[in-house]
Amino acid sequence: MSSLVIKGGRVLDADGERVADVRVEGGVVTEVGAGLSGDRTLDASGCYVSPGFVDLHTHLREPGREEAETVETGSRAAAKGGFTAVVAMPNTEPPHDSLAVVEHVRRAGERAGLCEVAPSGCITMGRAGEQLAPMAELAAAGVRLFTDDGNGVQDPLVMRRAMEYARGLGVTLAQHCEVASLTKGAVMHEGSCCSRLGLPGWPALAEELMVFRDIELARLTGCRIHLLHLSTVRSVELVRAAKADGLPVTAEACPHHFTLTDELLASYDPVYKVNPPLRTAADVAALKAGLADGTIDAIATDHAPHPSEAKEQPLDQAPPGMLGLETALSLAIGELGLDLPRVVALLSWRPAAIAGLEARHGGPIAPGRPANLAVFDPDLTWTVVPAKLASKSRNTPYAGRSVRGKVRHTVYGGDVVVLDGEAQR
Amino acid sequence: MSRPHLRSIEELGGADGILELLDLTDHMVEVNARPMPKVPALRGRTVVSLFFEDSTRTRMSFETAAKRLSADTMNFSVSTSSVNKGESLRDTIETVEAMGVDAFVVRHKSSGVPWQISRWTQASVINAGDGWHQHPTQALLDCYTIRTALGRPSLDGLRIAIVGDIKHSRVARSDVEAFAALGASVVLVAPPTLLPPSIEGWPVEVRHELDGLIGELDVLYLLRMQRERMTEALVPSLREYTACFGLTPARAARLGKHALVMHPGPMNRGIEIAVDPSELPGSVITQQVANGVAVRMAVLFKLLGSGTGLGSDT
Repeated sequence: MSSLVIKGGRVLDADGERVADVRVEGGVVTEVGAGLSGDRTLDASGCYVSPGFVDLHTHLREPGREEAETVETGSRAAAKGGFTAVVAMPNTEPPHDSLAVVEHVRRAGERAGLCEVAPSGCITMGRAGEQLAPMAELAAAGVRLFTDDGNGVQDPLVMRRAMEYARGLGVTLAQHCEVASLTKGAVMHEGSCCSRLGLPGWPALAEELMVFRDIELARLTGCRIHLLHLSTVRSVELVRAAKADGLPVTAEACPHHFTLTDELLASYDPVYKVNPPLRTAADVAALKAGLADGTIDAIATDHAPHPSEAKEQPLDQAPPGMLGLETALSLAIGELGLDLPRVVALLSWRPAAIAGLEARHGGPIAPGRPANLAVFDPDLTWTVVPAKLASKSRNTPYAGRSVRGKVRHTVYGGDVVVLDGEAQR
Repeated sequence: MSRPHLRSIEELGGADGILELLDLTDHMVEVNARPMPKVPALRGRTVVSLFFEDSTRTRMSFETAAKRLSADTMNFSVSTSSVNKGESLRDTIETVEAMGVDAFVVRHKSSGVPWQISRWTQASVINAGDGWHQHPTQALLDCYTIRTALGRPSLDGLRIAIVGDIKHSRVARSDVEAFAALGASVVLVAPPTLLPPSIEGWPVEVRHELDGLIGELDVLYLLRMQRERMTEALVPSLREYTACFGLTPARAARLGKHALVMHPGPMNRGIEIAVDPSELPGSVITQQVANGVAVRMAVLFKLLGSGTGLGSDT
């Protein structure tokens, strides 16, 4: 059995930081210590070696929208971003409301072999918010996170029943918080910018009402819930209060929501259109504070590829969403003002636990643990060039931006899937 | 090098830029009064009307303006175009531009389209109305109409009320900027449901009723009230709208002697104007339309002209 040694880096996991080499054999870590050697050496000098990152929120578009992304191209983007696992969102065509689709996505991920693709399941059939999806069947097949992402479950009775049912299965419901009647036709954040630009607004309240409702439903039912892509000051406050009450609530924030604001829509470039929308500087500050104090548990990308022709439509017709997998680490390092252990916690072991993937991802780097690892240089500055991204789409809002921190190698299942920034599969 | 655009009033850079165009409009009015109202100023230039939304009057106004300056004009209308065959906006622009275009005159129901188009072309982009956002030539012709009708060099100190559906109005957004830039005191009059969610930074005063204000106005600018606003729960009924915000005979009687009544058209008779406009001494609604051609000639000449002046074709 051939061995791989990751040499010369600083190991960083939930147990702390130390200078050590890491030996990997047969897909698992076999030794962590000084002066190790093996059949193959990965240079990690100047780099951190951490558990691989876990994205709670990836749109892989397959099946149905393969012109935007496939499981393979999205997995490659994930691996280049240091992710060893992604939760695939259910809003494909058809959606993840049957075992057949869920298994198709999982197997496509296995074929690509670049990271673990963990399909989410729909809460309701067709993500229509009416009839429950076969959650027990999907849970038996390993699905741990259920969501109608892209849509919020509108009817409070349906959401209550879904929570009660999910509690019986021990799975987590993840909500896309948006009261749809308040956001009909909305293009951007409702405020002074949208008023000036003559664009229909997406009020913060549309998110906060559902955050509040679902926190109260979680209090009532005892169901574990996860709140997707939080974007407003009040949402963060509501989650902070829920946690103080000891409720089983977790939340995520996306890099674009803690780095960009609605002012960018003045260019009328649909690359800045996303759902929920870019908001104000006050919201950005609240998200950063929430990530810093643990109110928000994880950074998630909401990686949402769209082909150029879709983003070259008028703003109100262009689909919402932006790429995120290959820039998440850099933005987290460069923009949050947090030390590296906290940044990596937000990208790795905290989301791994929410996704139910902690047995394979995010755990300590220690003998016997699965070798799903990210090796990154926190100081390397690079420029985001859309054409160089591994995603099939180009809709990054950071084109041309100089960012700090880059993944050098990614090891998945003991295999080097990214070497010196280049995907190996 | 890309050519200059006119996508918003802001792009004119304040009062000086606006007044320069209004002064140029005076010359165009003079051209239009000639026995042969045509000059060679833009001979060899090509102006393409890209109207993705129906607007017979604005399109005719721009086409007439271009033809009086001897530009070649082409017409692109959505009903006959490949936009209906799945071509993207960018494909459309690049295809038409390949035929040789100096200016696109763009009307679109979506806010921002002229900005998107200007990223894909070297030609000048003239906004003929985008969504709820801007309609700069309407604002220019409104300024020109007011200053001509009142015989003033600018709009300094005039009290102007814009009444109605501000929220969805590109005319209001452009007029507010232009009127305020020229020194007018602008009041928006509407129920809160027909105002934008925030008017932070707008150089305006806001009122929710018209009667307390009507006697002090120099200009009463009425916006078109769209029927679909009723189904969006923005106002209870057209009847109630007219009762609160319409120009009724009782309100018309309270207008000052010199006060102007304006409307961007097309009017909803009996709704925002519940009197016969031809019986309103202050109505300049038909002058607005007439001035539209001269203002658009000024805009085209400013953006596309090569300084050859406005002499007659010899």
